[in-house]
Amino acid sequence: MPELSYLDAINSAMAEEMARDERVFLIGEDVGVYGGAFKTSAGLIDRFGPERVIDTPISEIAIIGAASGAALMGMRPIAEMQFIDFITCGYDMLVNFSAMNSYLFGRACPMVVRGPAGGGTHGGPYHSLNPEAMFMNRPGLKIVAPGTAYDAKGLLKAAIRDDNPVLYIEHKYLYRRIKENLPEDDYIVPIGKANIRRKGKDLTILTWGAMIYVADEAADVLAKDGVSVEVIDLRSILPFDEEAILESVAKTNRVIILHEAPLTGGAGAEFAARIAEKAFDYLDAPIKRIASLDVPTPYSPPLEAFYLPNKDKVLAAARELLAY
Amino acid sequence: MTDVLTTTNTHGLSNEQLLEIDYYLRLTRTLEERLVALFRQAKVIGGLYRSLGQEGESVAAAYALDYKQGDVVQPLIRNIGSILVAGAKPSDIIKQYMAKADSPTRGRELNIHFGHPARDGFIGQISMLGDMIPVMAGIALAGRMQKKTLVTLAFIGDGGSSTGAFWEGMNFASVQKLPMVVIVEDNGYAYSTPTAKQTAAKTLADKSYAFGCHGVTVDGNDVLAVYGETKRSVERARSGGGVTLLEVKTFRLKGHAEHDNQAYVPKELIEEWQRKDPLARYEKVLMELGVATQDQFAEIQQRVRREIDAATDEADRSPMPNPADAARGLYIEDGYWEER
Repeated sequence: MPELSYLDAINSAMAEEMARDERVFLIGEDVGVYGGAFKTSAGLIDRFGPERVIDTPISEIAIIGAASGAALMGMRPIAEMQFIDFITCGYDMLVNFSAMNSYLFGRACPMVVRGPAGGGTHGGPYHSLNPEAMFMNRPGLKIVAPGTAYDAKGLLKAAIRDDNPVLYIEHKYLYRRIKENLPEDDYIVPIGKANIRRKGKDLTILTWGAMIYVADEAADVLAKDGVSVEVIDLRSILPFDEEAILESVAKTNRVIILHEAPLTGGAGAEFAARIAEKAFDYLDAPIKRIASLDVPTPYSPPLEAFYLPNKDKVLAAARELLAY
Repeated sequence: MTDVLTTTNTHGLSNEQLLEIDYYLRLTRTLEERLVALFRQAKVIGGLYRSLGQEGESVAAAYALDYKQGDVVQPLIRNIGSILVAGAKPSDIIKQYMAKADSPTRGRELNIHFGHPARDGFIGQISMLGDMIPVMAGIALAGRMQKKTLVTLAFIGDGGSSTGAFWEGMNFASVQKLPMVVIVEDNGYAYSTPTAKQTAAKTLADKSYAFGCHGVTVDGNDVLAVYGETKRSVERARSGGGVTLLEVKTFRLKGHAEHDNQAYVPKELIEEWQRKDPLARYEKVLMELGVATQDQFAEIQQRVRREIDAATDEADRSPMPNPADAARGLYIEDGYWEER
């Protein structure tokens, strides 16, 4: 079992899929000779050549559009956004063209759009985006957001093999901070299945991405107080594992939804609504949401720290729910 | 009849092919006239967009492709003639307009927004103008990666060539030297906005300088000239010579859609371009060259009429979609599109 970082896991998923299937190729800015701004594609051009690791102009519309066209022809492109923030430049192409191929035209469009997301790295307002909510209300995409190296590799492989466009949100805070021993054998993590990261009976924390570690920290503290916390790593935002969410709420009767994107209109609002609609009778306390502030991600470390969710914010919410 | 000067070089086309082009020109015009009738009967559900006066360039350009090699054409809303050449059935187009259950998009999308590049030889546009340029670049890129010899032909307009997607797609395709031809139509107006308010460039072909691709301008209402220039561009693209931006000068003789009375267009301009009608000019040349007679054109028209009548009957008989089907097929593994 080799130890791989979250970033290595992404790199090896791409390398293994490209070796396994000649239809898979990578297209994006600085992905080839330079190996990607974060080195996620390091070595791929040497192994697979410039025809399959394509450096492009600074053109997110063209990257996503060309990937879509190639996908319709039976290729399996991986389109990289240098930072996921720049997906907004190609938003129209992704939601209006790529995402609608199946529903409108019966066309398979097997492609992945991936890129580094999230804050905590002092990247400032244009290099810290958590984009999932802006795609949830535009049907047609699948959305995944791994928080572990194991899931980073398994979900990327599943995304590449999926016949629909998949938005793969990788958290750059985790790139080199997370290392895990991963299986040497080929595996995938199915899209749409949550991971019960920690079993508990008193309180559920529903979360994903880098926030799973914030949930862990809070759960550790609460465990010392004798509170048993269940942490659900959602992993797939769309389609999402509603069954796992409702089962957990039925067991713990209290739920905190924790995400890194801003609160208002965030993905957590949808999950809260779903729990309220389908598990209201199981709730012993109101649904709590912990999210970033409703402002752009500020740059300066004290500002960003105040902006982001953290252990203490989760603990305060948990204690309020437990005392309800 | 027309007295406008028209080229007579037939670019190696056989008499049979020259007549086939005439068939597609008449098929396009007659199909649209039928759609107008259906629109007035409220059988066309959405808007109706005419290509009157522009049929020549749509048909001629698409006729320069080789669909056996996998060539793909991407029409805009007024390039109905191009997909007929590529093999689209008139009945499918009428069903699309009538939102029928057995239309190619099963009632999910309108008009000529349909087709599959690998299966049909054409792919319809989406409404966001310019978006298809990067997509067609991607189709050309895939063709090259798959060791195919295909060429892609994309249509864009004077208005569409103002969009960012157009510029990004042209730039990317030119850098990659992809086998792609882009026909940019200057038809005078984008909805109500004249070309002079769309760009300060002297010609739309001038935009090719920014991309470092080939740029050519041709009389869009001269069928043989459009065919010749497109053919040259397609062959150059196929042999590795890269992208061509081919500007066709034409004119939209109707409003943006049937609801638009085009009051913003000077009457003299419309009259001037009516005299430049591509179909009349083309048939005049064919007669001058001794390729065809009025009787043959009348025969072609009868054949076209029979085909459009049959297509209309078929579309009329088709059912509307089952309402609950609206929930199906978001993801391809649903299997909805495999069911019939």
